[in-house]
Amino acid sequence: MTNPIIQATIEFLKAFWAPLLCGVAIVAVLPLIVGYIVLVERKLMADMQARLGPMRVGPHGLLQPIADAVKLLIKEDIIPDNADKLVFWLAPVLSVGAALLSLAGLAIGPAFQIAQDINIGILFVVGVSALGIFGIVLGGWASNSHYSLMGALRSSAQLVSYETAAGMALVSALLFTGTLNIKSIVEAQSNEGIWFVMLAPVAFFTYLVASIAETNRAPFDLPEAESELVAGYMTEFSGFRWSLYFLAEYANMIVVASVATTLFLGGWLRPFSKVHELPGFHLLNLLDFVPVLLMVAIGVYCLQRTPKQPTRVQQMFMFAVAGLCFVLGLVLLVPVVVPIAKPFYAGIHGGFWFILKVSLYIYFFMWLRFTIPRYRFDQLMRLGWHFLIPLSIVNVLLVGVALIAGSYFHLQGWGLLLVTTPAAIITLIVAFLILAIEKEHGAPQDQSAASDFYAG
Amino acid sequence: MARRRINLPLRISMLDKVLFYFFAGTAVASGVLMVTRRNVVHSAIFLITALLATAGIFLQLRAEFLFIVQIILYVGGIMVLFVFVIMLVNLDVALQQIQFARQRWVGLFVALALAAQVSFMFWTSGKMPGQGLPVLTAAAATKLPPNSEAVARSLFESYLLPFEIASVLLLVAMIGAVVMAKKRA
Amino acid sequence: MLSIEHYLFLSLALFIIGVVGVVTRRNVIVVLMSIELILNAVNINLVAFSRLYGDVAGQVFALFIIADAAAEAAVGLGIIIAFFRNRETVLADEMDLLKW
Repeated sequence: MTNPIIQATIEFLKAFWAPLLCGVAIVAVLPLIVGYIVLVERKLMADMQARLGPMRVGPHGLLQPIADAVKLLIKEDIIPDNADKLVFWLAPVLSVGAALLSLAGLAIGPAFQIAQDINIGILFVVGVSALGIFGIVLGGWASNSHYSLMGALRSSAQLVSYETAAGMALVSALLFTGTLNIKSIVEAQSNEGIWFVMLAPVAFFTYLVASIAETNRAPFDLPEAESELVAGYMTEFSGFRWSLYFLAEYANMIVVASVATTLFLGGWLRPFSKVHELPGFHLLNLLDFVPVLLMVAIGVYCLQRTPKQPTRVQQMFMFAVAGLCFVLGLVLLVPVVVPIAKPFYAGIHGGFWFILKVSLYIYFFMWLRFTIPRYRFDQLMRLGWHFLIPLSIVNVLLVGVALIAGSYFHLQGWGLLLVTTPAAIITLIVAFLILAIEKEHGAPQDQSAASDFYAG
Repeated sequence: MARRRINLPLRISMLDKVLFYFFAGTAVASGVLMVTRRNVVHSAIFLITALLATAGIFLQLRAEFLFIVQIILYVGGIMVLFVFVIMLVNLDVALQQIQFARQRWVGLFVALALAAQVSFMFWTSGKMPGQGLPVLTAAAATKLPPNSEAVARSLFESYLLPFEIASVLLLVAMIGAVVMAKKRA
Repeated sequence: MLSIEHYLFLSLALFIIGVVGVVTRRNVIVVLMSIELILNAVNINLVAFSRLYGDVAGQVFALFIIADAAAEAAVGLGIIIAFFRNRETVLADEMDLLKW
């Protein structure tokens, strides 16, 4: 009998070669994607601040992420004096490991799951991304510095507080599906013909706010804001270790956006996806051409801007981008028009709609970052514990009641709106009541926070 | 990237065995390391590894709901609480003191005697008539009902009262912990 | 699933390690962590038998044990924090206020 480990490896490879390949591809490509998301953020920030952003490296600054990556890789690796070397090495690895592992449970299209079609899909993604808390806490502790430790404790307290609210918001949407499997969730939205954001809008809002807090983004970024605690738990990490934390943060953003898209925004479904079965609504099938038109519009815009570029390199680059957009438009057009390619429609268009929705969610994150001032830490904790958690629990209760009423009256699909809208309105009334009670009790903005460890 | 149905054969596959020994070895090694470290934060990290290995054993036993509950609650909840408290009560002085109590050798002896007793019981279980561990074989993995559904059904149908009592227990524990840890104004 | 003895021996090993931790260490936080290890050993046992008999009740019991462990860890750590505030120590030998 051959070596059992070799036999086990062969068995493993025979059964799981496709997810393995997918996993390797994602881990290899993700740093590049994250780098370009950062570039988009910097360009957006510049646009909202009436300036241009990175323009030097490459045409329109498009090689900036590569320059940043090279810089981070060749930086000196400084370890603080009394730092615990094992934990100092382990902390960024934990953070990035948890973020990448939770990416494994997601599915971009009806046939494009990244690792496997897990039965407990959504719960796996949410649970494993919670393991990133250890990366933060241990990183802050291992740095042997007061600022780092305080930033780490604040950040992890924030993450833990908003995890409950996010989970409850997800439960409100899961009540409509009855399953945790990602494909079944999107299928349920397809069967009902309505996205869950319309059936449970308060849950979507709660998840939106909680996910901003979960990823340490503004306005909840006190633990890592530059003007507050230097950089919080990331202070003492330099070079490659810092880039791992950075990668983990943006991968978490992608994960959180994907979860929201899957559960609330219909995953890979086109708007009005079941409409072709209803009589008289065939015009809405023209929505199939929206991706194509979008790509063609971007291509035409790039073509128009080509002559206006200052240098030859930038002109050629714009032309190439326009060509790429036209090619993508063609790829999106083929499954719609050519009958032989119809089976690929779900996959290709599904991937496009999913990526579009995730991008819109992340764009909203970035928009908030450049617009709203940040919360003070005790305000942040009050918002999480005193407002969002009661709100999400009440929402679960009311959505459950609405569902029972709906099944009693045999409502389905858009009919469910008749019962869920009153539930949402009652939840909002409860929310205003909570806010009024809080204001009445005298907001702790005036109290001295001397006894509170976290309010610094 | 297409969806594949994984049908491992009925006889125990080698992958199953290797996975079990990997998770079991990690759990035992992490446990031993946990009780012997001087630095409490290192002990906590090794407990996290032990809990993750236990979750792996649950997954290997096809109990996927319990696997994810272990990760969310135990590792993501209880261990975060432990690490927080360790950082709040961390004393550098404590690192230099003796870590093991005066009764360590007696305690170790008693524990090993217990281990020997129970192992003997397992070892001879099939050899005495009328006693012993069941000689059943477990059902094939593909014939199991979906795990989350089965657990949920059992929890809300047969064991509803313990479920409600557990939630009251958690409420009591929450109130107790808050009262205990509050600073007397 | 491998034969039940494998899981029973694993459960026994973790249980004994936990017992050694509880009995031997001075730091009460390590004692609490060893108790968590004991509870996990019991969980493995329950889930293994649940798989053997095909009855999901073992997993439900393990779920209740996890919930109970959470409650107990929270209260135990609260006690440790309260004691630490008064006596500045977490070593079990030094928690001897009631000794005569």
